This record gives sequence, structure tokens and C-alpha cells, in this order.
Amino acid sequence: MPPGSSQAPALAGTWCRLHPLSPVVRIGVTLGAALVAGVSWVSGDHSSSGRTVDTLVVAALAVIGVAAAVVSWLVTRWRVVGDELQVDTGLVYRQSLRFPLRRVQAVDVVAPLTARMLGLAEVRIVSAGTGHHQHGRLAYLSNQDAAAVRAQLLALAHGLAAETPEPPAFPLFRVENGRLIAASLLRGTWLLVLVVIAVGATVAAVDPAGAAGTVRQGGTEAATSLISALATGLLALGLDVARSVNGDFDFTIGQAPDGLRLHRGLLQKRHETIPYGRIQAVRLIQPLLWRPFGWARVELDVARQPEARHQGEARQLAHLLAPVATLDQARWLVAQVAPGAPATLARAGAPPRRAWYRAPLSYHYLSAWHDDRWLVTQTGRVRPATVIVPLEKVQSIRLSSGPLLRALHLADLRIDTAGRRWVAAALCRDADEATALVHQLGDLAWRARRLSW
Amino acid sequence: MQYRRPSPRMWLARQTVLGLTSLLLLAILGVSGALLWGVPGGLAGIGVSLAFAVTSWLVERGRYRSWGYLERDEDLVVKRGLLFRRLTVVPFGRMQFVDVTAGPVDRLYDLATVQLHTAAAATDARIPGLRSADAAQLRDRLATLGEARTSGL
Repeated sequence: MPPGSSQAPALAGTWCRLHPLSPVVRIGVTLGAALVAGVSWVSGDHSSSGRTVDTLVVAALAVIGVAAAVVSWLVTRWRVVGDELQVDTGLVYRQSLRFPLRRVQAVDVVAPLTARMLGLAEVRIVSAGTGHHQHGRLAYLSNQDAAAVRAQLLALAHGLAAETPEPPAFPLFRVENGRLIAASLLRGTWLLVLVVIAVGATVAAVDPAGAAGTVRQGGTEAATSLISALATGLLALGLDVARSVNGDFDFTIGQAPDGLRLHRGLLQKRHETIPYGRIQAVRLIQPLLWRPFGWARVELDVARQPEARHQGEARQLAHLLAPVATLDQARWLVAQVAPGAPATLARAGAPPRRAWYRAPLSYHYLSAWHDDRWLVTQTGRVRPATVIVPLEKVQSIRLSSGPLLRALHLADLRIDTAGRRWVAAALCRDADEATALVHQLGDLAWRARRLSW
Repeated sequence: MQYRRPSPRMWLARQTVLGLTSLLLLAILGVSGALLWGVPGGLAGIGVSLAFAVTSWLVERGRYRSWGYLERDEDLVVKRGLLFRRLTVVPFGRMQFVDVTAGPVDRLYDLATVQLHTAAAATDARIPGLRSADAAQLRDRLATLGEARTSGL
């Protein structure tokens, strides 16, 4: 791919390799880690023969890593033919991946730090499949090609000609970094830390009162182990905060004719595009410690594999509409993506009073609302969450009631969409109302589906 | 509209499984009770396993009776559960695929379970205890309906 050409030949249907520097990026991080480990290991206190063996092992591992990355680059080819992205990869197990672009759920451009330094980026195509390779990954392309590929994939996904230039986006919303950092620090985990400190302090306070020496010693030991546990916990918490700040830094949303554009990241830049009509659900969360400040978090869900393999991956996969925003901003944002749906519900949609016996804590927040396009439900106590589901995206409706609910003549209603795991739950509704609602929602969903087609 | 029920053979199949587990339990409890505490122990063991058998039989019967499914114009409704009742509505247009499974006991009685899958992981629409022929027929009918009404994600 010659740099500077307006369009990569792969987009015109010629098989192409990825960018020649891709192996460098791919091995960059691992190689760096291996070198550090190797150096510290080798410079450690070893006998000279052991040192030679260690050096050889490290060198062999590095060579294998480099070879694997280069081979992987050599055997991977991609192109776009018609409205299909084709990727052939694998040396021993050949894989031919085909992604029908009309089914694309979202397109992400991700640039890790090493790739950014070389002017490269990875294009990820999110499709709704559940296989091992649910994402079409092109790692890595030059920034220019990545942008061109994204524009073309989105144009095709919208059923337009491939040559349609990328429409400009106008900024919708940006998150102040100061607030992002403050919000990241305000986590529920602090409460756990406080509990641990309280327990530790109690143990330490009780300890001197202990008469027998053995008891005293036991108490001190317990306090020491508590402190070390606390230190570990704080470290983990710090890493978590750093990761979320790093991931959501400089968060901006733009609105373009082909979808919502999200940009975020400090070290690793991510550019995500979510085409309109692919949004399965919107969720507004108000964590406990954010509520005094009137902050909320807004998330989007698109159809994808139900369970991500790693927690970290699941976190990355969650599309945010705003990592933190004031309630007014959050409401406004929700109105942009779900026009006509309320982002927070009034008490009018609350379940009957007797539901308090079933859900004494969360009763305060339980609510549900729907019109002929949207269904909005509210649940939770510590972290009240509002889930907004377009009725045309409803996959199934479930009604359930246990013995207690039945005794109170109540029932739970849950609406599933193709998203990750959010279920719009209208809890503790009157049983007759819920039964009627099941059929009504079924009809409304059917009508909404027909209209959207 | 009337809910359709699983085949009565499903009740036979459930009773078979229940009978076998009860006999096993009876043997274990009876023998171990007899070995540990003699005749009264053996009798107690038998009593406990009989009580278990009767309760399970009642519960299983309730569960069996609670199953029902209804094919409507645009969706399939499945209800189940005795203590925790559940009703699931799946629009035909949302079905991704239908699968038919049959375990060893089911096969003995010529039964099969039809399960519907949608793009949502939480959907649990399952109709057990259908005659194999009926299950295959239902599967084909659902597949056809799903194809005719399918809509994108």
C-alpha cells in the first residue's frame, strides 16, 4: 500500500497485506516486556553457566515472537469485494473470514501507543455473530487507510456507494477531563476500603486492652495482614482508576449522518462509529457516590457476543455515550439518541404500593414507562439504572413470578434485546397489568418492527 | 386461545426417571440405615426415601402440568413453572435458530425438546416432551415462520 494514495487498492478488490510495520507494533509491547524481564533476570545473581542458559532462553523466545509476528503478517491478506470484507489468515490453520458489511454493528479504529508512534491504527468491525472471531480485525493499517476503510465500510453498511466520502461530524458533547478524573476516583470500592480500615482500627484499638501476651501478638498480626491487604486493594483500585481515566480521556461525541462518532483515550486512542439504528439499548446509571454531585453515566449497547472472554475486554467493548455527565446533560444526550424517551422516570410509573414488601430498598426507584416506540424501565437502589429499549429491537418478553410475588398479586416483566446483558426489567408490576402489558408490548414491538422496515 | 401441552408421554418419562432415582435412594438409605442401626434404621431409611419420592412426584406432576405453549400469528408463547411461574413471548421474526434435542430417557419414549434461540442470550423459550414427529414438525413450522418474518438486528 503506497502511502499517499487516496484509496487503498484492497478497497478496490485487490488482495493486500496489512501495513509492513504491523509486526513491529504487535511484538513491540511483548518484546519490550520480555527484554525488561530478560535483563533483570540475567543481571540477577546467577552462576555464569546459568546466565548463558537464561540469555539463550530469552533470545530464543524473542526470536520466536518476532518470527510469529512476521509470519502472521506474511500470511494475512484482506480486501473488500462488493459489500463483503474478506480476511484470509493463518499459517497452519487457514482461516477465511467474510464479513457482510450490511450487517456491521459498529466500526472502531483503535490506536495503541506503539501504533500511534508509527502512525498506524487498527480497524475493528463489530458484527453480531457469536463465534470466536466475532470481530473483523485489521491490525494494522496506516492512519490514512484506516480512515478510508472506515468511511467505506460505513458507507456500505448504510447501503450507499463505496466511494461516498465520509460525511463530516459536528460535535455533540465533550467530557471535561477534570470531572472524569474526579468521577473515576469516586468509586464504591472506597466504602469497602473504609470498612477494612474500620475493622483494622478496631482490632488495633482492642489490642492494647488484651491482657494476655498471646492475644496481643495475635491482634498485631491480624492488623499487619489487614494493612497489607489494604495496600494490595488500594493498588488494584489505583490501577482501575488509571485505566478508566486512560480509556475515557478527552471523551468527545460527534454526530454525523452515518452514525455517532466517539473519540476517547489518552495513550490508546479509540475512534468508534455506531451507525444509527444499531442501538439496542441505552442505559443511564447513577452510582451511589456520584449522586450527591448529580452525575450520571450513559452507556450504549449494540448487538454483539453475549459474554466477552475477559473482564477487561467487556469493559472496552461497552460503548459509552458519556463516562460522566450531569443529569441534565445525560437527559439531553439520551434525547439525542432516543428522541421521545424520558431518561429518568417519574413516580407515576411506579408499581403498586404493596410492591414495597417485595423490594423495600429499591421500591423508591422502581418504575416503568412505554409508548409506541420506546420502553423505559428503572431499577436498582445503590446504583439506580434506567434502561431505554427501542421496541423494534425487542427479542423476547418474559413474565415471571415467584411465590411471594404471587401472594402479593405482582409479577416481574423483563424485555431482552440483542445487546450484551442488559435486560429492561419492569419489576413488581400488578399481575393483571403485567399480563396485559406482555401482549400489548408484543403487538407494539411487532408494529414498530414493521414500520422500521 | 388454548395452550397446547406437551405429550402425556413426557409424564411417563419423568416418572421413569423419578422411579429410578427413588429406587436408588431407597437402596442406599435402606441398606446403610440397616447396617448402622439395624431394623429401625433400615425402616427409617425406607421411610425417608418414600417421603422424598412422594414429594418429588407431586412437584414433578405440578411442573409437568404447568408446561404449555401457544403459537399465535406473530409470536410463540411458552409458559412453565410451578412455584416460580414464567411466561416467555418470542416474536417469530426474532428467531435466530431452532434446535431439537433428545436425551436417552427422552429417546426411550420417543420424545424431544424444541428450543428457540434469539439474538438475546437471556431468552429461555424451551418446549420439552414433544413427540419426535411433532417436534420435527414444530421445528420446521417455526423455521418457516421465522424466515418469512425475519427482521434485522
